[in-house]
Amino acid sequence: MSRILSVALNTFREAVRDRVLYNLVFFALLMMVAAVFVGQISLGIESTIIVSLGLSAISIIGLLIAVFIGVGLVSKEMEKRTLYALLAKPVRRWEFLVGKFGGLVLTLTVNTMAMAAGLFLALLFVKHSFEASDATILIAVYFILLKIAIVVSLALLFSCFTSPLLAILFTAGLYVAGLFIHEMRNLSGSKVSPAVQAFFSWISYILPNFENFNVMAAAAHGKAVPGILILQNTAYAAIYCAIVLAAASVVFSRRNLK
Amino acid sequence: MTVPAIQIEDLTKDYPAGFLNTKKKRSLESLTMQVEEGEAFGFLGPNGAGKSTTMKLLMGIIFPTSGSAKILGRPISDVEMHKDIGYLPEQPYFYDYLTASELLDYFARFYGFSAAERKARVEKMLKKVGLETAGKIQLRKYSKGMLQRVGLAQAILHQPKVVILDEPMSGLDPIGRREVRDIILELKRDGRTILFSTHILTDAEMLCDRVGVIVGGKLQGVGRPDEIVGLKAQGMEILFEADTGNAKTAAILAKAAKSGSRYALHVPEESLYLTLDELKAAGAKITSVAQIKPTLEEYFMHLVEKDRAQAAAIEVHGK
Repeated sequence: MSRILSVALNTFREAVRDRVLYNLVFFALLMMVAAVFVGQISLGIESTIIVSLGLSAISIIGLLIAVFIGVGLVSKEMEKRTLYALLAKPVRRWEFLVGKFGGLVLTLTVNTMAMAAGLFLALLFVKHSFEASDATILIAVYFILLKIAIVVSLALLFSCFTSPLLAILFTAGLYVAGLFIHEMRNLSGSKVSPAVQAFFSWISYILPNFENFNVMAAAAHGKAVPGILILQNTAYAAIYCAIVLAAASVVFSRRNLK
Repeated sequence: MTVPAIQIEDLTKDYPAGFLNTKKKRSLESLTMQVEEGEAFGFLGPNGAGKSTTMKLLMGIIFPTSGSAKILGRPISDVEMHKDIGYLPEQPYFYDYLTASELLDYFARFYGFSAAERKARVEKMLKKVGLETAGKIQLRKYSKGMLQRVGLAQAILHQPKVVILDEPMSGLDPIGRREVRDIILELKRDGRTILFSTHILTDAEMLCDRVGVIVGGKLQGVGRPDEIVGLKAQGMEILFEADTGNAKTAAILAKAAKSGSRYALHVPEESLYLTLDELKAAGAKITSVAQIKPTLEEYFMHLVEKDRAQAAAIEVHGK
């Protein structure tokens, strides 16, 4: 466990030193401009706009970091051959992978938390106070984080056996596909053949289902999110990440480095 | 019976090659050798001979096509065994966002040292490799020679029983080479087993108990450096001074090479005494008699040329 933690903390340190967290400046500026601009409109929908905009930015920024940094987690180490000295230490390849995953998820957690704090500050600026229903925003942020963790695991898996560019394409492709799980399972009314319907229905259970993670609308309108959904999404993300990381470990453990 | 520190049995490595990786390129062919405990073993060969491949196989960076190897009696697939091994990769490259101190501290964590012990070891190692004043500088600002020193420090940080060094002298200036050589000698004195690759033959002659010469993925010979050279002794060299006006010496001088005021004559070992008698009779003054020993370099070049000739013959035969 300490080995995984060592790799994770070093990955976090790398991200910080590579100025990954600089995106927070962009987010802070966005929130400040939005708060000032929305405050001037004052149509009673200030908080809805701020929350929608803020959560969308948190999600997009997080996803971009997850995909672009995620695919480099392993490939960069292989390319630069920094892995040689590390693998000569008493560390298993799967421990390295899980550590890398943990390090980027930690980075993204810190990043997302900072952005969430910025969002709440902007909200405070326009509303001057918080309500109990604003807690839903925290749940939405948590779901974004779970979604991002799945994307990191996928990026890591692809980077274990393909080039960074292809890994980006595959990860982005799966993410987009994962937003249309509901449509894939409900092709019965359309004109497609039963075989295609069966195929899409089958594949929809393998693809990551990101639809359940989107509670931005509920958060923007202060609606409650069922507790069961929080449990369900947490379990789903944990199991999905575990399976993808296990697959990545199997691939990576057999890989000859250059 | 003691177990060899490194035992390699029939180790072969093929790399995929050609369009769609349908062909195979053999990088290492049926390597069988062993390195005894406490021995300094030099792995000699030109670039692409299979030295680094062997070391990467031993460290689990790549996997063998066939064959097996053990280090300290444990299979190379056993990662826990890495606690007792130190490895310096060829042309090492490390996380350039870290300082040398941070890198060594990071690596030391994998051996379970306490924070205080890590700090002490890192300081000691930086001093040992001559980087005590550069420990706080990010590695991106390091020269190749400095990275090589960091590489050596991380390899011996945990006082391993077996040290595997891939081209440890590469990229170093003469002073750096001397320092690394001293570190290797110190490791040797401490009873550690050392396997290192090099193509700098004087280093091998100076440091190794035994050397193995590898060319074209095949081990060509293993022995003491002097044994290897001794295998190809090329006769005797007689240095003498003689009067050129003497008719008796004319025939001998015709076969000798002049160097300054002296002449050098190369003769087969079996005709040494006969030639000495002839020189004595001609009134020549013999100043030196020595065995002509080809250097390791000459032996090495001979093997490379032999391997190339064999490859060419196979190619012609194949056509």
